[in-house]
Amino acid sequence: MEMNRRSLLAAGTAAAIAPLSRARAQANTIRIGVLTDMSGTYRDNTGPTSVAATREAVAEFGTSHGFTIEVLEADHQNRPDVGSNIARQWYDQGVDLILDVPTSSVGLAVNQIAKEKSKAYINVGSATADLTGPQCGATTLHWAYDTYMLAKSTGGAMVRAGGDTWFFITADYAFGHALERDNTNFVRGAGGRVLGSVRTPFPGTTDFSSFLVQAAAARPKVIGLANAGADTANCVKQAAEFGITRRGIKLAALLLFVNDVNGIGLQTAQGLVCTESFYWDTNDKTRAWTQRVVRRTPTNYPNMIHAGCYSAALHFLKTVAAMGVPAAKASGLDLINRMKATPSEDDCFGRGVIRQDGRRLIPSFLFEVKSPAESRGPWDFYKLLQTTPADEAFRPLSEGGCQLART
Amino acid sequence: MDEIFGIPAPLLFGQLLLGLINGAFYAMLSLGLAVIFGLLNIINFTHGSQFMMGAFVAWMLLAWAGLGYWWALLLAPLIVGATGVIIERLMISRLYKLDHLYGLLLTFGIGLMIEGVFRNEFGSSGLPYRIPNELQGAWDLGFMFMPVYRGWVVVFALACCLATWLVIEKTRLGAYLRAATENAALVQAFGVNVPRMITLTYGAGVALAALAGVLAAPIYSVNPQMGTNLIIIVFAVVVIGGMGSILGSVITGFGLGIVEGMTKVFWPEASSTVIFVIMAIVLLTRPAGLFGRA
Repeated sequence: MEMNRRSLLAAGTAAAIAPLSRARAQANTIRIGVLTDMSGTYRDNTGPTSVAATREAVAEFGTSHGFTIEVLEADHQNRPDVGSNIARQWYDQGVDLILDVPTSSVGLAVNQIAKEKSKAYINVGSATADLTGPQCGATTLHWAYDTYMLAKSTGGAMVRAGGDTWFFITADYAFGHALERDNTNFVRGAGGRVLGSVRTPFPGTTDFSSFLVQAAAARPKVIGLANAGADTANCVKQAAEFGITRRGIKLAALLLFVNDVNGIGLQTAQGLVCTESFYWDTNDKTRAWTQRVVRRTPTNYPNMIHAGCYSAALHFLKTVAAMGVPAAKASGLDLINRMKATPSEDDCFGRGVIRQDGRRLIPSFLFEVKSPAESRGPWDFYKLLQTTPADEAFRPLSEGGCQLART
Repeated sequence: MDEIFGIPAPLLFGQLLLGLINGAFYAMLSLGLAVIFGLLNIINFTHGSQFMMGAFVAWMLLAWAGLGYWWALLLAPLIVGATGVIIERLMISRLYKLDHLYGLLLTFGIGLMIEGVFRNEFGSSGLPYRIPNELQGAWDLGFMFMPVYRGWVVVFALACCLATWLVIEKTRLGAYLRAATENAALVQAFGVNVPRMITLTYGAGVALAALAGVLAAPIYSVNPQMGTNLIIIVFAVVVIGGMGSILGSVITGFGLGIVEGMTKVFWPEASSTVIFVIMAIVLLTRPAGLFGRA
C-alpha cells in the first residue's frame, strides 16, 4: 500500500511539474491551427495548399520578433462535429488562432466555439456571408470572399448581360442555401425572375443529369450552380454532354476556383464566368508570391482561399508583434479588435481594412475562362472582365444584421 | 394526357431513361461484387477504389502513353485486374477460413489506402477526360436530348452483364465455379485447381469494376473520391438483390437506378437516401434479399 501511495505521489508531482515547464515554453510561442479539408472534395481548393500558404506567411514574417511560431494542421473531413471537436481541443490547448475552415456548415460550427471561448478565428475557406451577418462574432474575421460578393459579381454581371430568368441547382447544405439566397436577391433586384430550384444531396451526388434536365425543362436563360468542387465540375461536364449550353442556356458557376478549372479542363470549361478575389497571374507581386508557394505544393496553384490564409496569417502575426505576446494571448477579443483597427497589407491583396462586423474588404474580380487556344500554358486560365472595388464588393454593413455593426 | 402526377410526361420519360443509365453503373459494379461474394465469400469493399483506379488508368494511358478510350476499355480492366490478383494472392487468400468480417475489414482498409495514395498524387479536384470523338454528339428523342455516349454506356453495360451471366450459368468454366462454391474440396478432388480459379475470379470481378471506371471517366469528374460515393449505394444494391445472386444484382441495379431517378424528380433532397430506405424495408421483410436464397 505504502509503495503504491509513494509512487502515486511521485507520479502526481511529475504530472504537476510537466505542464509548468510546457507552459513556460508555450508562453512565448504563438500557435496557428489550420483546420481544413485534407481528404475530401475541397482538398485542392483548401487543404495542404492552405497550410503551405500559412507557412509562407510565417517565413515572410521572419524570426526576429522574439517569439516562436508554430503552425498546426488538422483535417475536419467536412463534418461539423469533427471540426467542433478539434477546435475545442485546440483552443483548450492554447492555440491562439484557428484559420481557414472551409465548408460553411463546419465554418459556422467552429464560429460558435470561437464565440463561446472568445478566441481568435479567421475564416477564409467558408463561403456563407452569415459569418459577418446574423452569426457574426466579436472574435471572428472573414477574409477572402463570401456568398454575397460572388452573387453580386457573377450573378449581377449575368443579369446585366441579359440573363434575367434563372434556375438554381443547389447543394443541400448551409453553403448552397446561402449562395442561392444571395443570388436570388440580385436577380430579383435587377428585375429578373427565378423560375425554380432543385436541392441536391451533399456529399454523395455524382450524377447531375437528372437535375440538369429538370432545370433545362423550365427554360431559363441561366442555370445557376450553387455548389462547389467536384459537384460543380460534374455539373459543367454533364451540361456540355447533354447539349444544354449549346441550346443557348448559360451556366453560372457561382463558386469556381482556378483548381476546379484545371480539373474540368479548358475544353469543357471555356467561356464560363466566375469570381475570385485573387488570381496568381495578376501582377509581379502575385506571380512572385505564387512561385514561392508552388515550391511547397508543385501540383496545385494557389487560389483566393490560399492567398487569404497567407494574408490573414501575416496580418495576425504583425498584430501580435505590435501588441506583445502576453497581451495577445491574454485576450482574443483585444487581439481581433487590434487587427480591425490596423490596415492590413500584403503581396496578394495589397492594402485593405477590416470592418466592424469582421469582413476584410477586398476587390472582387470577374473572370472568363480562356479557350484552349487562348491559354499559353498550364494554369493560364483566366481573363479579367471586370473589377468591383473593395468598398462595393461586399454587403453593406447596415444590411447584414450583425450585432457588432449596431454598437 | 401529358402530365403524370403533375410532372410533364416528356420530363418523366427523360428521367426514367436517365435512371436507367445510372442503373447501368450500379448493375456493373454490383455484378462484380456479387461474383466475388458468390465464390470467395468476401465482401469486396475495395470495389469503389478499383472503379476509381479504372478511370485513373484510362487517364494515365491517354496522358502518358497516348492511348485513347478504346485502348483504355481493353487495357485498364487488365491492369487493374492484375493488381486485384496480387491483392488476392498476397492478402485476401489468407482470410478464407475466418469470419466474413475479416475480409470486409481488410478490403475496406486496402480501399482507404489506395484512395489516399491517389489523393496524395493527384489531389482532389479531378482530371479532365474527354468523350471519344466517335461517341460525341446527341440524339434528339423529342422528349429529351440523349447523348450518344450515355446510350453507349447502357448498351455496353447490358452486354457485359449478359456475357458474365452466360459465362457463369452456361459454360463449363461457370459450372466449375458454381460447383466450387458448393463444395470446393470435392471439385479439387476432380483435378480442378480451385485456388487459381478463385484468384482469377477475384481478378475478373475487379476488372469489371475497372471497366465501369473507364465508362465513367468521360462523364464524371475523375477524382480519388469518385468510388467512395458510389460503393455504398452499390453495396446496398447487392444487399437488396440478394448477396451473391448474379441476376438479382443486375436487375436490382437497373431497377434502383430508376427508383433513384424518380426520386430526383419528386423529392430531390431524398435521392441519396431512398436506396437505403428500400434496403431497410427489404431486410425487414426478406432478409435474404429479393433474389437471394435464404
